[in-house]
This record gives sequence, C-alpha cells and structure tokens, in this order.
Amino acid sequence: MKIEFILNDKPQTIDVHPARRLLDLLREDFGLTSVKEGCGEGECGACVVLMNGKAVNSCLVPAGNIIGNSIQTLEGFKTTERYKVIEKCFLEAGSVQCGFCTPGIVMATESLLSENPHPTDDEIKESLSGNLCRCTGYNMIFKGIRLAAERGKGLW
Amino acid sequence: MVDGFRPALLQEALKIRSEYDCTPIAGGTDLMVQKARGFALKPDFEKPLLFIGHLPELHKIIIENNQIHIGAGALLTDLLNSKKIPAIFKEAIGLMASPPSRNLASIGGNICNASPAGDTLPYLYAVNATLVVMSAKGERTNPINEFITGPKQTALRRDELLTKIIIPNKIFDVNFYRKVGQRKGMSLTKAAFLGMADIENGKLTDIRITFGSVAPVIVRSWEIEKYIIGTPLREIKAAITEIQNQFEPLLRPIHDARSTAVYRKKVSLRLLEDFLKNISKEK
Repeated sequence: MKIEFILNDKPQTIDVHPARRLLDLLREDFGLTSVKEGCGEGECGACVVLMNGKAVNSCLVPAGNIIGNSIQTLEGFKTTERYKVIEKCFLEAGSVQCGFCTPGIVMATESLLSENPHPTDDEIKESLSGNLCRCTGYNMIFKGIRLAAERGKGLW
Repeated sequence: MVDGFRPALLQEALKIRSEYDCTPIAGGTDLMVQKARGFALKPDFEKPLLFIGHLPELHKIIIENNQIHIGAGALLTDLLNSKKIPAIFKEAIGLMASPPSRNLASIGGNICNASPAGDTLPYLYAVNATLVVMSAKGERTNPINEFITGPKQTALRRDELLTKIIIPNKIFDVNFYRKVGQRKGMSLTKAAFLGMADIENGKLTDIRITFGSVAPVIVRSWEIEKYIIGTPLREIKAAITEIQNQFEPLLRPIHDARSTAVYRKKVSLRLLEDFLKNISKEK
C-alpha cells in the first residue's frame, strides 16, 4: 500500500504492507534507530514516538494508520530547543543510565509537556506509566522532567 | 491479493465490507499484538485490512435526547478528555494500558475484541449500552449483552461495522469501580467490579452490579438486581451474605497465567461486599 506521511517534518512516500509496524518502518526503512523494540506489545514504551504530537507505541501502529499523519522521532526532535532543555536536565538529574528506554521517555516527556507545561508529580507519573526503566528506579527520571518543566518555562 | 483498504468515508468502508472478506482495524492495539509474529516481523493477517480508525464519522461524541452517542472510533484518550463522559466510566478507562496506547485504542475496538477482561465492558453492561451496527444495506441496534456472544465472539456480521455506542446521560448516586491487576499502572485485569446505585428516602431505587474477567462474558444479573432494589439502606448489611451467595454460582473464572480462579472469585465477592457496605453508609 502506498503510504504518504510526514516524518520529522519532511513529507515521505513509501510502498509497504499496511500491517508493517511503524517501529520496523522507522528502524529498517528509514534507519531511525532511536526507536527501540523492547516488548513488542505496547507495554514497555521503548518504541514511543509522536504521532500528530501525541505519544504512541510504534510497535502497535500498522503502517496503514500513519497515512496523512505527522510522525516525530528523537532524530527529528533533537534539533529543537525543547529537546536541548530535556537533555540538559536529564543529564543533571541522572535520568539516563543504560539509555535503552531514554528515547521513548524523552518523547513521552515532550508529549506530556506540550499538553501540560506544569505537570504535578502525579501527572508526570501517570503520563510516564507506559515507559519502563530497569535502571533508574524512576525517581531520577521524574526529577529530570520536573527540572525541564521548570527550566524550559515558555518553551512549551 | 489486496493488502488493505483505507477508504475516506464510512459509506465507502461499508461498501468495501460488503464486497470483500476483510478485517476491520482501528487503533490496532489488540490486533497488532494478537497477530504479532515476533521481533522485527510484520504481523500476519489472514485477510486484507480495512482501516477505519481515521473515519471522521466514527469520532463524534454528542448528547442527543439525554443519551450520549459515542462514535466507535473515539479514542480512549478522547473519552478521558470529554466532559460528556460520566466520571465512573472515565475511572475505568483511565486504568487501561498507558497514555501511548490510549492515544491509539478505540472504544469500538475494545468492544469488538470482546475480551472477558475488556475494561470498558463492565460499565457498558451496567448502563445497558446500545450498539449501532451498520452495513451497506442499513443499520441495526443491539444491546451490548446480545452483541457480545462469548470470549472474542460477537454478533457482528461479515458485512457490518460497529459505528456507535449509545449510553444514557445519567450519573448514579453511588459509583464504585475496582480493577484488580498485578500492579497499579499498565496492568491487565484479573478481576473487575462495578457497582452503581440510586437512593431515595433511605431505600435503593436502582442498582447495577457487573463483574469483569470472571466468566466467558461480563456477569450481570437482572434478577438479583431486582431482588435488591427496594431494600432499605439499614437492611443492606444484613443481606450481604445472601446477595453474595446469589452471585457466587454466576462467577466462573478461569485459572490462567494472570491469576487463579480461586483468587478471582474470592476477590470479586469481597468487592461486592465492599460496595454494599459503602451503600449502607449512604444517607
């Protein structure tokens, strides 16, 4: 099926089976390897990307569902000011250890802050509830997000 | 063979549905996992896919004649963000999966997946939700308890699509929902309990009790509800054991990787007890 969509702000057309997972399309067809496969069933959040600005599990999205939509991965997001703030705050708070979950967490953070620039601790926990991290114990990640919301005032 | 169809309008989708044996797919959060073949592999569908999640006709949430009409393609996130959806229903939806999955999953998908553990179902059974099903020939309606015929089985015909869910625009006086899972977030349901009641002059004038994940379909008993209605609040506590005994044979949970049958039954009957105790404290 012919799939026309926007990827990291650029229009793209690709001919793939409509059941192909967005995760594989991004990693294999476009070489965007920030998108990780963890569980492959929508539980771990390592494959989270933005679809029209909202966090989605790319392992659950069939290619047929991205037609006409805008997809953003960390590769596209990293050129923005908002990313730079998140990166700095994550470094400072120790939010990253092995790094496997980090791209998904960064995209979930962007999805959260773009909708809710001043989240409470509970709102941060709720919106990150679909992103598993086996290293940090989460507290450092929550700290990084709180810092980013504070320092990035006006960016979201 | 055609791999898939992505019509622009509902009418076109219905026409395709009448001409081809195909698998309708909205968000894909259930189907993509059920058909998954493993790491980095394309899920295998036996039939061509009919994409319907994007159809604008399926996304409306409106109130008409004091009923809430929910498009079958409405996302779980849309329901959580809508002021029209009753809080107790949102409570159940908010405990489903996680935000990145709720941004994809539709209410119609949860119904058509017809899992005994489907988390929108206890509420939809409790309020006698009416489902609107369309084909190229026209539409028909089905109460949800007739639409879902068994685990993973529905009365949806080969040429039909579920298009709308109609629920009453009503809030009960007492609302009680508990989902029992392995952990607080991101969990699949081991057992779910929903209780709602109306109270007038110290008496129960209406009660709705549904159990999820403890039988092939959601458990609701109109007979037991009828038996309870009219009970004065001060007599409810004394009736709890009798009500539990009446429900007990209806709960026929399975033992599987997620939980044991014994636990599911026990916890469900205790949640019923908790709900009834809560009611007896109402004024």
